Amino acid sequence: MVNVNSATLAGAEPSDSREREKTGGEGTRRDFLLLAATAVGAVGAGLAAWPFISSMRPAADTLAEATLEVDLSPIETGQAITVVWRKKPVFIRHRTADEIQKAESQNVAELRDPQPDSERVKKPEWLVMIGICTHLGCIPLGQQPNDPTGNYGGWFCPCHGSHYDESGRIRQGPAPRNLAIPQYEFIDDTTIRLG
Amino acid sequence: MTAHNPASPPFRNPVIRWVDYRLPVFTFMRDHLGDYQTPKNLSYMWNFGSLAGIALVVMILTGIFLAMHYQPNVNGAFASVERIMRDVNYGWLIRYLHMNGASMFFLVVYLHTFRGLYYGSYKAPREVLWMLGVLILFTMMPTAFLGYVLVWGQQSFWAATVITSMVTAVPFVGEPIVEWLWGGFAVDNPTLNRFFALHYLMPFVIVGIIAIHLWALHMHRSNNPTGVEPKGPEDTIAFHPYFTVKDLLGVAAFLIVYLGFVFFAPNFFTEPDNYIPADPLVTPHQIVPEWYLLPFYTVLRAIPHKLTGVIAMVAAIAILFLMPWLDRSPVKSARFRPLYRMFFWIFLLDCLILGYLGAQTAEEPYVTAGQIATFYYFAHFLIIVPAVSRFEKTKPVPESISVDVAAREGRRPRRGVGTKKKEEVA
Ligand code: HEM
Ligand code: FES
Repeated sequence: MVNVNSATLAGAEPSDSREREKTGGEGTRRDFLLLAATAVGAVGAGLAAWPFISSMRPAADTLAEATLEVDLSPIETGQAITVVWRKKPVFIRHRTADEIQKAESQNVAELRDPQPDSERVKKPEWLVMIGICTHLGCIPLGQQPNDPTGNYGGWFCPCHGSHYDESGRIRQGPAPRNLAIPQYEFIDDTTIRLG
Repeated sequence: MTAHNPASPPFRNPVIRWVDYRLPVFTFMRDHLGDYQTPKNLSYMWNFGSLAGIALVVMILTGIFLAMHYQPNVNGAFASVERIMRDVNYGWLIRYLHMNGASMFFLVVYLHTFRGLYYGSYKAPREVLWMLGVLILFTMMPTAFLGYVLVWGQQSFWAATVITSMVTAVPFVGEPIVEWLWGGFAVDNPTLNRFFALHYLMPFVIVGIIAIHLWALHMHRSNNPTGVEPKGPEDTIAFHPYFTVKDLLGVAAFLIVYLGFVFFAPNFFTEPDNYIPADPLVTPHQIVPEWYLLPFYTVLRAIPHKLTGVIAMVAAIAILFLMPWLDRSPVKSARFRPLYRMFFWIFLLDCLILGYLGAQTAEEPYVTAGQIATFYYFAHFLIIVPAVSRFEKTKPVPESISVDVAAREGRRPRRGVGTKKKEEVA
């Protein structure tokens, strides 16, 4: 590597300029070889770097833990649970008819991150979200029965005061986006698979 | 070419000029990598220094990436290495590069060292340079040993036990010292933790010694196949492009061999036993160190007394420090020393025999053979080299490098002319 660097540094060989004069200012054979060698070296270094960079990505065993099945049947209407998926808290709430109605009737246009409730759920009674505040990563309160739920009846982040509504949409405070919806699907009426 | 023309032209790039005026890194690079004057007759035997440097860089790089996944804990170490092999993206590649890289590192350093012995590179004014090299060799061995233990396989564990137990040979304080080394009453978790910390540290110590080694090298520059110091500009050429290119060609050849092992025979140098997790209650049938430590292992086993055996093993390396004073001959290169040259090859053979014997079981005839080979090893340094250097009739040494080069090419030497022209022809 060192050698390649110095190659560019000390390119000003006296004989080189003499040769260049001979070829009428055009590139010499040495220029060509130097450029070609440097280019091949750079490509080689890039290819050699790839396995090292790649080794820092999630490993196969980490990825293998990346799906999670959750049985929803024990969760009563109005209850919420938190499960851990990919080391992140996932909020699962069995919403009441009242909550669903409020979430759906909200005027989308006046939201900071406009999104109708229907885009945030697969079945209206089940709200599944990643429980991480989109401001700076704290876990909002609102899962426990006596937690504060903020000014919009959903969740409240204690770190810097973000308020989320019944659909987990940001309504007040510094957070820029609604609580994220993870990738999941219903594999039967009362079981979901995350990931 | 600075050496001929001290007022080398200023750098053309104004940014480089600006920085260089304040911190002369560019001047430094030009003087030590670019225009640096090198004997023009260096053979491929002079490639192993740069190869050793590259091997060290590869070891540090792969090591740091291994350390991102490795767990220095007796319950997790072995499994974490297996996880590197199976689950981490390209983990197998990084580990095999590290594993075989250690062997390649020793290979090139040994060749580098024997080169020095052959051409008398340890002689004045390069004694300190030589001793720094021996110090690097001395530091590499524990570094590799510590790394080998990290895998926490059967060979790891028992090698750690055997090697650390050598300290118990020290009278009276041996026991307390070994418990201090272990951080317990046997090789265990505290031992593994400190071995990891030290295995991470030592390569950087080696980097430091290499910096001083190179400093000493650039003081009096490379020796060369004639052993005659350059006498003028006709004896030298610039490092760049002549030796950058030659070194790069060496790198290509080195990579072919190294990657050949990595991709086609990655476990060639290892003991299969090390794929069995460490078991403190079962010793494997045979404990064999890695190949690069085998000659010294034979020396240890050749001497049937615990303390003396350990001292002899250390002395086998340390005696290299004394080489500049054991060899009194004024002629450097073995090319002009027929007797020394013959004994050099016998000595090399003896080292190979010592290595072969180190891999054999501790029974006859290997024990006696090991004792003879060990005796010869020390006799080479303490008897043969001093005697040869006193009584040998050396062949006439060429007047200068360029005279020698010309004679070998069957033409009259060019004198005083810049060497540039000739090299363009060549
Ligand atoms: C002088 C340079 C080095 C030498 C000669 C060396 C040698 C070794 C050896 C022989 C092994 C055992 C290989 C095996 O059987 O798997 C090893 C393992 C290891 N080394 Fe190094 N090493 C060097 C530098 C480093 C550096 C700078 C690090 C950075 C932390 C490092 C980290 C590791 C780790 C984590 C292991 C255990 C994982 C494994 O065995 O693959 N090494 N080393
Ligand atoms: S992290 Fe939730 S408001 Fe700042």
